[in-house]
Amino acid sequence: MSSIFLFAILLLGFVITFQIAKASEYVGILKGEKKNLEQNNRINGFLMIVFLVLGLIGVWWCNDLFKGRILGEAASDHGQKIDQMLYITIGITGVVFFITQILLFWFSFRYQHTENRKAYYFPHNNKLELIWTVVPAIALTVLVGFGLMYWFQITGDAPKNAMEVEVTGKQFNWIFRYPGKDNVFGKKYYRNISDKDNNMLGLLWDDEHSHDDIVVSNTMYLIVGKPVKLIINSRDVIHDVGMAAFRMKMDAVPGMPTTIWFTPLFTTVEMKKKTGDPDFEYEISCDQICGRGHYSMRGEIQVVTEEEFILWRAKQQPNYTEVMKAKEPPSTPVAGKDSTAAPAAKLKLNTTSKLVAQTK
Amino acid sequence: MSNELTIHGESVVSHDVHIEHDVHHHHQSFITKYVFSQDHKMICKQFLITGIIWAIIGGLMSVVFRLQLGYPDSTFPWLEDILGKWAKGGKLTPEAYYALVTMHGTILVFFVLTGGLSGTFANFLIPLQIGARDMASPFLNMLSYWFFWMASVVMISSLFIETGPASGGWTVYPPLSALGDANLGSMSGMDFWIVGMALFVISALLGGLNYITTILNMRTKGMSMTRLPLTIWALLFTAILGVLSFPVLLSGLILLFFDRHFGTSFYLSDIFITSTQMALPNEGGSPVLFQHLFWFLGHPEVYIIILPAMGLVSEVMAINSRKPIFGYMAMVGSLFAITILAFLVWAHHMFVTGLNPFLGSVFVLLTLLIAVPSAIKVFNWLTTLWRGDLQFTPGMLFAIGFVSIFISGGLTGIFIGNSTLDIHLHDTYFMIAHFHLVMGVAAFFGMFCGVYHWFPKMFGRYMNNTMAYIHFWVTLAGAYLIFWPMHYEGLAGMPRRYMDYSGWSSFRQFGALNQFITDVAMVVFAVQLMFVFNFFYSIFKGRRVTSTNPWRANTLEWTTPIRPGHGNWPGEIPEVHRWAYDYGKDERDFIPQTEPLGSNEQHH
Repeated sequence: MSSIFLFAILLLGFVITFQIAKASEYVGILKGEKKNLEQNNRINGFLMIVFLVLGLIGVWWCNDLFKGRILGEAASDHGQKIDQMLYITIGITGVVFFITQILLFWFSFRYQHTENRKAYYFPHNNKLELIWTVVPAIALTVLVGFGLMYWFQITGDAPKNAMEVEVTGKQFNWIFRYPGKDNVFGKKYYRNISDKDNNMLGLLWDDEHSHDDIVVSNTMYLIVGKPVKLIINSRDVIHDVGMAAFRMKMDAVPGMPTTIWFTPLFTTVEMKKKTGDPDFEYEISCDQICGRGHYSMRGEIQVVTEEEFILWRAKQQPNYTEVMKAKEPPSTPVAGKDSTAAPAAKLKLNTTSKLVAQTK
Repeated sequence: MSNELTIHGESVVSHDVHIEHDVHHHHQSFITKYVFSQDHKMICKQFLITGIIWAIIGGLMSVVFRLQLGYPDSTFPWLEDILGKWAKGGKLTPEAYYALVTMHGTILVFFVLTGGLSGTFANFLIPLQIGARDMASPFLNMLSYWFFWMASVVMISSLFIETGPASGGWTVYPPLSALGDANLGSMSGMDFWIVGMALFVISALLGGLNYITTILNMRTKGMSMTRLPLTIWALLFTAILGVLSFPVLLSGLILLFFDRHFGTSFYLSDIFITSTQMALPNEGGSPVLFQHLFWFLGHPEVYIIILPAMGLVSEVMAINSRKPIFGYMAMVGSLFAITILAFLVWAHHMFVTGLNPFLGSVFVLLTLLIAVPSAIKVFNWLTTLWRGDLQFTPGMLFAIGFVSIFISGGLTGIFIGNSTLDIHLHDTYFMIAHFHLVMGVAAFFGMFCGVYHWFPKMFGRYMNNTMAYIHFWVTLAGAYLIFWPMHYEGLAGMPRRYMDYSGWSSFRQFGALNQFITDVAMVVFAVQLMFVFNFFYSIFKGRRVTSTNPWRANTLEWTTPIRPGHGNWPGEIPEVHRWAYDYGKDERDFIPQTEPLGSNEQHH
């Protein structure tokens, strides 16, 4: 009912506009073309300056309204460089924006047709044209210079001590793999993937290195202050690891691993305090359209201290253990449980002690 | 009826209209005159009206998905009445949302702003402004429209098939677009998309080759290349861009078709489909190859869209400033520079796809170079306005609006063309805001500018001014209200192509803003409908044009009769003696191109 009402109002508004438009055309003809043109010119010339003033106020007001909701402090070292680049760019383009927009609407207002105005025949001027070729070129050289400097720093090789995490996108969630105590990722092959058997990445068990690889879904743990290199894969279509708080982003392409690295600067707990938002989480958003669930393909990153990380990792079972447990025939439940639980516990213990040793 | 008389009674003055019949006596049936016409002016109108219909469809799609974005928790029962299973209970399904987004992009980019814009004005202005009776090949020109029409039919049919139209984004990146099991829209909807686009490419090629040939070979006596109006230069470069880049898209799509149906692995590798729990046999393909092929067209495509708009704006702005366009040769040079650079920057769409960072840095340099010719154009437009005698006709208003929008949208290109910033801003609303302003709204402003300005030549009547003024101011304000705040969403990293942000702690702070944007979008859409009404109403009922040259312009189209017949000039084709921009020269308001140079006249 309300939509019909709305539609009727809309239609009525349109009919009224149309009638006014028609009537003003008749009036215009009766008044004479010249007078009509002059009147239209005055109205539109005035609106030009009104638009400029309201527009400038609007820009200021919009900025005031939203500045608190956008960036916050970048939570990675690369992110801080990107923010710096952003401010340099905003500075330079901002100056150009205000100068050109003000000139545009001011000229429109100032040089509107009046009775005595004569246009000034001014077809070209080499000096002027040279100025506005060279000045933008210099400004852009500055921007390209800064941009590429940061770009090569960000995309350069990860430091030697960086920890490595493999990130794999699939419709519609994220899988993370840690290399385990041997610090080497085991081999995998996509035809070996079996969600049913819990081998989500298709790890090859012939490769000993895969036996201690830890595979988790949805939440990735990172150590604050420690560089991390992400090795990014996709299981099906193209996804994208977008981490707005770190200002980082990289596509996940099936058949072609990609990498990025960065250093998280603040733990999740610190960020909750910094942002004043108790619900704050580092989120991974899929930034490349990947199908019906694209908008809900969310991953989480917990940035924790080294101690917390070791504790967390100690609690994880290697994927190998999980898979073998699942494969155990259910016919001998009691014995089966015992036989797997024991090695698993041993393995876990082993991992923990090794990790502690490593960190020392 | 006295009012009607006031408006229509002055047609007596326009008796020169009928001279045309003396020249072209051949009888035209309805079919040859309005349907399979070979008259470039009629083909122009066919492109324009088809483009308008497409624009309404594409615009309406954006209103529907904006409703979802602005009111994610509400239901709209009438949506179910229209869309059926795609909006069960009055709420869009994700499949429907992505289909709408994809088709909105496809329709607006290709069918409206390529077919509708350069199809319309290249057809209309090239013969009229260079002094030719028609295109080099009127028959190919007709075919160009009918291939466009067939492409339209195929594309529109895809909306009605069981599994829906393509829904992998207008860029149709494989593997998503190649795998029906991964995406409902990648079933037969994607085949329709590929076939539709193939037909579209044929149309673009037939048209483009014709435009180039006509401009190079059929200029009237005295019309040297440097005397061409800027519209023609812009349309020439547009056609060259299209001819060189559309075939690359077609080749990319053919390979995609092979991957879909013939088991090839151009783009596919290492894929395990979750929904069917099946590993595909394809190995060794590269999805990034498709992106290279796509953007080799995709980037020139944005210039195919914006160059004609630049040309139209330059022409209309000079006429209504009563001043020559400032820096004609610089304008031509910058068009040329943009055309060359358009082919050398495609990979800036791919900074975060795993492209080699060094390669990326080369593309950063080339991309930011484009800002130089763009800046030259903007400053030249500003100088054209400076100390002019501005006549705010609707066409002129849209020309000024174009420059404003082009500045706003163009400057943000400097952000995302810089790979460092692109890492953060890629595929966010910042990107949406950037390209909607710089090639979406700006190109529409160029198109409106052209329609209002050349409507009297097309139909022998004016459009209604009051409605045009309302149209302009609401659209200008609306465009900024919609797209300006989107930059802020993008700076917060808010990704594009999400149908609901409420599950995200990083992006849900913009709920009220999204609602505001949706409300403005609906108002702006309603005003565009008013434009469409004004357009069709004025064809039949608009104020009649009473002089052959109502805007006091120099170019050749205004030397034809008010309603020119097929062949354009009743007598000889006029000879050209000067450039198109002698406005306000030597104390004279304007000097048409057909007037010989005076003995003591200064050369420009």
